[in-house]
Amino acid sequence: MTNRTKTGTGLPRAAMAWLLMIAVMVAGTPASAELLIRITEGADSAIPVAVVPFSESGNLPSGDKVSSIVRDDLTMSGEFRPLPPEKMLSLPSEGAEVYFRDWRLLGQRYVLVGQLERKGDRIEARYELFDVNREQRIMGATASSSINSARSLAHHISDKVYEAITGVPGAFSTKLAYITLQRSGGQSVYRLQVSDVDGKRARVRLESDEPILSPAWSPDGRKLAYVSFETGKPAIYIHELASGDRTRIADFPGLNSAPAFSHDGRSLLMTLSKDGNAEIYKMDIQSGSLKRLTNHWSIDTEPVWDHTGEGFFFTSDRSGGPQIYHKTSENAAPRRITFGSRYNARPRPDNDGEYVYYVHQRDSSFHIARTNLQTEEETVLTRTGSDESPSVSPNGRMVIYATKKGGNSVLTVIAADGGAAYSLPSSEGEVRDPAWSPIVR
Amino acid sequence: MKVTAHHKLFAMVLSLGLIAGCSSIGDTTEDDAYGADSDVSAVDQDGGSTVYGGDDEGGVSSSEMTEEQRREAEARAEQAEREAMRDITTFYFDFDTAEIKPEARDVLVAHARYLQANPDQDVRIEGHADERGTKEYNLALGERRANAIERFLIVNGASRGQTETVSYGEEKPAVMGSDESAWAQNRRVELVFQ
Repeated sequence: MTNRTKTGTGLPRAAMAWLLMIAVMVAGTPASAELLIRITEGADSAIPVAVVPFSESGNLPSGDKVSSIVRDDLTMSGEFRPLPPEKMLSLPSEGAEVYFRDWRLLGQRYVLVGQLERKGDRIEARYELFDVNREQRIMGATASSSINSARSLAHHISDKVYEAITGVPGAFSTKLAYITLQRSGGQSVYRLQVSDVDGKRARVRLESDEPILSPAWSPDGRKLAYVSFETGKPAIYIHELASGDRTRIADFPGLNSAPAFSHDGRSLLMTLSKDGNAEIYKMDIQSGSLKRLTNHWSIDTEPVWDHTGEGFFFTSDRSGGPQIYHKTSENAAPRRITFGSRYNARPRPDNDGEYVYYVHQRDSSFHIARTNLQTEEETVLTRTGSDESPSVSPNGRMVIYATKKGGNSVLTVIAADGGAAYSLPSSEGEVRDPAWSPIVR
Repeated sequence: MKVTAHHKLFAMVLSLGLIAGCSSIGDTTEDDAYGADSDVSAVDQDGGSTVYGGDDEGGVSSSEMTEEQRREAEARAEQAEREAMRDITTFYFDFDTAEIKPEARDVLVAHARYLQANPDQDVRIEGHADERGTKEYNLALGERRANAIERFLIVNGASRGQTETVSYGEEKPAVMGSDESAWAQNRRVELVFQ
């Protein structure tokens, strides 16, 4: 490690724990460059839901209210259209106060009510969700967080509401890893950061004036693998987020790039060129032993395990230009997946084997597209033009990617079918290479 | 025998005390020695050069000097040309290719010869891509470009121990911007002599 590279040490252990019963957050590195959320489009089919401001008792911290964070989360998903509180006819905080007729009048499908109470150094939330048409309570639960983690509490409630209505787990408590880049004069500063999915609570984990690329989450959400040029050449590191401990795991001659954890977290897929040109290898993290998985004179890179954990997708230009390939097992023959244009690269599959998402060139523009693996139908999802680095949310409902806006790189989130969208521009420089964390229970 | 002729001339030049001519003639090939021989008589017919006349060294010596100088001038010009060529250290590529352009070949040959002549000189070959497409594929593409240049240098005289490649992919653009002019300048390999 050179002195030009700084790690975010002394970071709170709790920062990576999505669970609510987390330790008190200790202010480590000050939150830097929070991403500002801008909702650019809403889906027409968004479900109307009323999130009534929660009643409060005890001495609760000021700042963003839990119910307004829940409202923002649901809006951000593109699948909900929360009612602004000023349009509400009443402000119930428990089931007995909910008059379905009022909410039906306002065209609402669901109503969420709740109460917040301070208990020692914790906040407790009791909340209930009602189906307005059926006049039924469909969920009631209690959750708590430390007094400083009201955001975690709110995201947890959003996850539960989302799951109760859609049947799919919410991903609001997950995290984003991404790289920011500031250029001024001839100097560049790369920062590896981790934030909430709404861009809040961003923390710098690594800072370097040489490139940092390709963050990839371990399945337990505790580690990131990435590529750093801090020694002047690309090497792969594994970074434990709670402790800040780092291991340089691959530093062979040539390329060391595109790390991707296996489902059990014990091995990494990676691209190495030590044997002549870019090939895909599997490295056992404990022993460091390597198994070569591709053998072709072309570029083979950007590997990622498929939903089974047995096979993997990768990019290869063996046909003349980059295309997506899939192997059903480590030793199977590769099958070409994409045919729609001359440039398709950087595959990212969803968790149930239905779709693979990737960067797709059409005419002179680069978009995010997906192919249905059963029907082989390809859909272009984005209308922006310099799109890169798609990452699928762990519930398969959203895709985050990097694109250009006003000459700067920003992150944009879209519904996985291309509907609603929001963007996360950085207040400083470029934001790129997003990686959506797994759901950790 | 060519060798004999060569040696005769060599001995003659030495005896005339033409140190300047000595190393040069000694280093030339036999064909050059023959050429020098015929040049001697040709220049001799001019009755000695006014430039070099005035001493007692005679027409042979002055003609030797002239030839020597002509060759040195040529060598200097060639060297200057090579050095000028070696000022070019950046080589450009088309989108998604690692093909060395024809106009780059002479310059790369000059670099290769220089490396061959200076075995202690190392060169770092840095491959780059434009911002389009994906970062990891561009890392591999930058490496492919650097490797293409490295192979060319080695085929033309550089040795493997002198070269080192690294790819930065799209991370270190030469110019900022998102148009064809910027992209064209960013799809490149740079030679960094160390």
